[in-house]
Amino acid sequence: MAAATPRLKPDTAVRYGKPLVFALCLLPLALMVWLAAVDRLGANPVEAVLHFTGDFALRLLLFTLAVTPLRRLTGLAWLVRFRRMLGLFAFFYALLHFTVYLALDRSLDWGEVVTDLAKRPYIMVGFAAFVLLVPLAVTSTRGWVRRLGRRWQQLHRFVYLIAVLGVLHFFWLVKADVREPLIYAAVLAVLLAARLPWFKPASAGSGRAKGKVSVT
Amino acid sequence: MLIQKPPPIPSSEITPPAVWARRRELLKAALALAGTGAGLAAGGRLLAAAPAADGSLAVIPNVRPSPLSTDEPRTSRDDVTGYNNFYEFGTGKEDPKANAGSLKPRPWTVVVDGACEAPGTIGIEDILTGFTQEERIYRLRCVEAWAMVIPWVGFPLGDLLKRFKPTSQARYVAFETLVDPQQLPGQRRSVLDWPYREGLRMDEAMHPLTILATGLYGQVLPNQNGAPLRLVVPWKYGFKSIKSIVRISFTATQPVNTWQAMASNEYGFYANVNPAVDHPRWSQARHRMIGEGLFAGKHKTLPFNGYADQVASLYAGMDLRREF
Repeated sequence: MAAATPRLKPDTAVRYGKPLVFALCLLPLALMVWLAAVDRLGANPVEAVLHFTGDFALRLLLFTLAVTPLRRLTGLAWLVRFRRMLGLFAFFYALLHFTVYLALDRSLDWGEVVTDLAKRPYIMVGFAAFVLLVPLAVTSTRGWVRRLGRRWQQLHRFVYLIAVLGVLHFFWLVKADVREPLIYAAVLAVLLAARLPWFKPASAGSGRAKGKVSVT
Repeated sequence: MLIQKPPPIPSSEITPPAVWARRRELLKAALALAGTGAGLAAGGRLLAAAPAADGSLAVIPNVRPSPLSTDEPRTSRDDVTGYNNFYEFGTGKEDPKANAGSLKPRPWTVVVDGACEAPGTIGIEDILTGFTQEERIYRLRCVEAWAMVIPWVGFPLGDLLKRFKPTSQARYVAFETLVDPQQLPGQRRSVLDWPYREGLRMDEAMHPLTILATGLYGQVLPNQNGAPLRLVVPWKYGFKSIKSIVRISFTATQPVNTWQAMASNEYGFYANVNPAVDHPRWSQARHRMIGEGLFAGKHKTLPFNGYADQVASLYAGMDLRREF
């Protein structure tokens, strides 16, 4: 039954898919830069850029977490080969978000930044998520995967915590209308639930030792 | 140093309000393309489709200047009318401008009741002709740490209150916004407990800086700014300046305002601008001036939004940390 008659050869899909995904991930940034260049970011451009970069960091993080469930659902194993790129772009937008906060929102006023970090829960949580992303980005290379072996998977499990912190960060800064952060929370909940053992299709679990939860 | 203050932005470079109103759509177009690859073309189409209407309204005649106005540079009309918190039209800053068309500011009647000898109603036309309209250019400081300078048109709230002869029982004044989900579509969701309510202590209400605004930039109020009648209390955070008022009541006890009811640890009754008392989730020490662009730094927030000389005495002996 799994005599896959692939419409698309995995190597071809990845070879053409990667530049495409790369370009798509850069498009939001290009749009933002263009809007800034033509002064169309609105009355409060700093806020616009902060929200824009934060939104895309969170979205790409969720895309990254969607790879494994999607792979199981479709049986397309090669989808996993896009995961690193998506994860790195999530980090890229998070880095932009953090930089915009430091440079444009706080004008590099370190005293204010330290106060924020000490006193504001939503900033603490967002900063924690960003800091935790750094080692994951650094160890995303082939060399580090090899060097860390099993520990690489353990380390990269932090992405679940990071995603939860990211959604919490969004939740906490909203004044009254929690609709938008709720959508992110719901998507994250689905993506995390899809990893629970009893939601995995039997075929995915076959060939693996029972009870060993794969981290993917 | 890379971060520098740019020169003031000429009005010719300010985003047309129609384009600004569609900002979220433009940003959403970016997300859409992540899935469809429709790309920048989508953003371009939205911009091209934006109407060029200037959104001007009826001019209010015989507006007198006021010595209480500031001479600071005014925030552009586009920004004043395109970046608003008015949850009755949606919670996004550009929602009010986009959705405010459904509000009908004429005819409009305000009920005045409670502890007064002459309760009654007053129509907006009588308000516009019965009180000398002044231009009051005030700083507005939002609790979200941004600010504008707005040329309001209006008259002292006290002038209106006196006509209804408040009794000695009247220690506070309570205000209510219209409730009508047909006209105020944001009220179809219970984001806040409608109607929006606000209140002032009697001496705050009677203070000469406190006005009922009927217009801005010389014209009647745009719907998204609280047409046809709103409160403006320039030394308090913007949420105190309740919009589209239909009821004013004299009360003996301190009214509960909407945001206080929503989160009493974050929003108080007084809500005086105070750089020394942070919002639990963010600092109030500085604010961003709307219209200054991407690379402008923030400004130091002043106690009572810079109106301390006129109003600080109202709060003599009060612990403003507790009574925030």
